[in-house]
Amino acid sequence: MELDNATKESIEKMIGENEVFLFMKGNPDFPMCGFSSVASAILKKCGVDFGHCNVLDNEEIREGIKAFSNWPTIPQLYIKKEFVGGCDIMKEMAESGELIELFNTRGIKTEIS
Amino acid sequence: MPIEQKKLESLIAEKFPDSKIIVEDLAGDNNHYSVAIESSVFNGLSRIQQHQLVYQSLDGLMDAELHAMQLKTKGTT
Repeated sequence: MELDNATKESIEKMIGENEVFLFMKGNPDFPMCGFSSVASAILKKCGVDFGHCNVLDNEEIREGIKAFSNWPTIPQLYIKKEFVGGCDIMKEMAESGELIELFNTRGIKTEIS
Repeated sequence: MPIEQKKLESLIAEKFPDSKIIVEDLAGDNNHYSVAIESSVFNGLSRIQQHQLVYQSLDGLMDAELHAMQLKTKGTT
């Protein structure tokens, strides 16, 4: 896993410009992997605005993000530039209420549906 | 490139001795697993750090050979 400067910069730009950002396979309306599907469904259910990057469209990001976070899988959730976790962690946090709490403490507007 | 359940179990058991490990083959295809590990090694670590430890122990297997692994980790406290 390698991370060149240009890729690192574009990752930092994405997570810097979006308070909530998901690296995923496919997009929130048409996820291309079950894990990405669950991850984006959780964010939708929380009612937060989030940006996303479809890593299937960008091989550098797809590999680079793994090195960036020292995390070998996708999806990956970032809140205010901080890596929160992948699908399993998001699921656990959503079930326990920690995710909503995290959004609240970071001042991110949620709307539970 | 799937991996046999027994191989995955022994890989994890080797890296996490003295822990409770449950491996389930979710789809019956040796490629979608659910793994639960309860170990004192995880005590005091954040969830991310716990999962990172597991991924590291699998040494690049994840994603390269294994498509999907649901992971649940827990400390012993």
